[in-house]
Amino acid sequence: MASHYEAPIRKPLIIGDKSYHDITVDVAAPVEGKANKLWWTAFYISLLAFLWGIGCIIYTIGTGIGVWGLNKTVGWAWDITNFVWWVGIGHAGTLISAVLLLFRQKWRMGINRSAEAMTIFSVIQAGLFPVIHMGRVWNAHFVLPLPNQFGTLWTNFNSPLLWDVFAISTYLSVSLVFWWTGLLPDFAMLRDRAVKPFQKKIYSLLSFGWSGRAKDWQRFEEVSLVLAGLATPLVLSVHTIVSFDFATSVIPGWHTTIFPPYFVAGAVFSGFAMVNTLLIIMRKVSNLEAYITVQHIELMNIVIMITGSIVGCAYITELFIAWYSGVEYEQYAFLNRATGPYWWAYLLMMSCNVFSPQLMWFKKLRTSIMFSFIISIVVNVGMWFERFVIIVTSLHRDYLPSSWTMFSPTFVDIGIFVGTIGFFFFLFLLYARTFPVIAQAEVKSILKSSGDNYKKLRDLNHD
Amino acid sequence: MTNKVIQAMYNDDDVLMHAVKEVRAANHHIAEIYTPFPVHGLDKAMGLKETRIAITSFLYGCVGFSFAIWMMNYMMIEQWPQDIGGKPSFSFFLNVPAFVPVIFEMTVFFAAHLMVITFYMRSKLWPFKEAENPDPRTTDDMFVMEVSVDGNEDELVAFLEKTGTVEIKVTEKH
Repeated sequence: MASHYEAPIRKPLIIGDKSYHDITVDVAAPVEGKANKLWWTAFYISLLAFLWGIGCIIYTIGTGIGVWGLNKTVGWAWDITNFVWWVGIGHAGTLISAVLLLFRQKWRMGINRSAEAMTIFSVIQAGLFPVIHMGRVWNAHFVLPLPNQFGTLWTNFNSPLLWDVFAISTYLSVSLVFWWTGLLPDFAMLRDRAVKPFQKKIYSLLSFGWSGRAKDWQRFEEVSLVLAGLATPLVLSVHTIVSFDFATSVIPGWHTTIFPPYFVAGAVFSGFAMVNTLLIIMRKVSNLEAYITVQHIELMNIVIMITGSIVGCAYITELFIAWYSGVEYEQYAFLNRATGPYWWAYLLMMSCNVFSPQLMWFKKLRTSIMFSFIISIVVNVGMWFERFVIIVTSLHRDYLPSSWTMFSPTFVDIGIFVGTIGFFFFLFLLYARTFPVIAQAEVKSILKSSGDNYKKLRDLNHD
Repeated sequence: MTNKVIQAMYNDDDVLMHAVKEVRAANHHIAEIYTPFPVHGLDKAMGLKETRIAITSFLYGCVGFSFAIWMMNYMMIEQWPQDIGGKPSFSFFLNVPAFVPVIFEMTVFFAAHLMVITFYMRSKLWPFKEAENPDPRTTDDMFVMEVSVDGNEDELVAFLEKTGTVEIKVTEKH
């Protein structure tokens, strides 16, 4: 067992007296068992919200963008707020599976599968908004540089909105294959355990005939490492490019060089919060407390605390630079943000994103499951308001005081947003019942080094 | 000549590693090993060559990088140069800063996807592919080593039984 040494100071990542077979059984249990009433209730609520959202989308497309609360001054509001919010949430999955893989953080193995699922589902929500905002969705393929009948009119590669198309689609597709490649051995496990012929057929199809040969594993590990190396700059580039949508404009409040790192930190911040929201519920419902431990939650809380502090620094830097620049338009944009008619949104953003994560300095609070759950929701409310504040308060009082106005959402704005939340949970709930929600093959490979029972055994032998 | 193999099953990765070293030392040919999770160091112990898949990824990345440059130069500079927002597209080098994000994304896109496709092709993984693991338990907690029979079969079985195997089976391999 010498090859499985891990420093005794490290806390076990797999709690209880688990064997390889126990891990198989525990991960397969939610798939093989029957859903309880709570799952069905949650499923129907999200389905209802999803259908309501579809209705609002159809109404928007059928009637026009005029059904939203946009006006001449505020031409971007909830749609892009929701877009950036969902893309931001989608950053935690790849960060956990790629960056933590490069840093050899073993605690990622309990949570990476669900975090990546969350990433894919939230990027799907994000992608809906720019497409709906086109109004004429049947022309959505115009964003691609396809040969067409208008002479040779190509897309404009100088535009950050087009960079977004490339960034988001690369991110979504690369995350998807990263996720799926990791899923193959776990689908194979479900396939080989399946009793019902239909289940066996489905999991055979999904597992691509994975057999677990030594050569396959060797390639698998190399592919995972290289994908992690590619996904790390990719995940940083995606929110950088999203921030370019604003930073390359000349609107006071948007035209800021600090945006890329500030947006990336904010994205990681909200993404980890969403991972906490989902996993705190899932570990309980699916009996996975042995694999997603309090230590996992604590470590995620520390990431939330650090990225929250970075975001706080960025807010204060923005204020300072606005004052220091001596540009009165810039100064007014920030003064108006903090003390203008949207002061309440600014205050909400500051208290949720800057103040609340600081409570994580207390060990008692960051190891409390209930507190972590509440903060995880508070953080995502705050991050939604951050995007709202950046977007709407920079626009609503423009250069011409006669066109100053406020933005108020219509029921359609709200309906589409609620619909994407429903769609997201709809997908996640289906995932939780049909996919291996823990990367069991990877967890098995660390059982002997980080399992509770093996660590105890080693301590006994050493003393 | 028959393609007889002996499938020796193990229930622990450390025992398997030990057995692999013994089998190799005794100059028997290990045809294949099926494991439920990546056993670190197994490829070296078996004497597998290192995989070159990372190199293919680099090459695919180079293709994506070049393709992105060619594409944007053709579309923006050569075929129909336009003056967009007072920023004319007359030369590639003056416009390249705006092309950096897309060049980067396409490099990653090509490197990642083509590498994964190569992996799936080389390891024969695709939808509707039949799994080839000899026992369903090899995706759970069992490790199977297939040793080809050349010479005395009974001797080899007796030898493998001493390596800590929990189950042994002699089969034909097609």
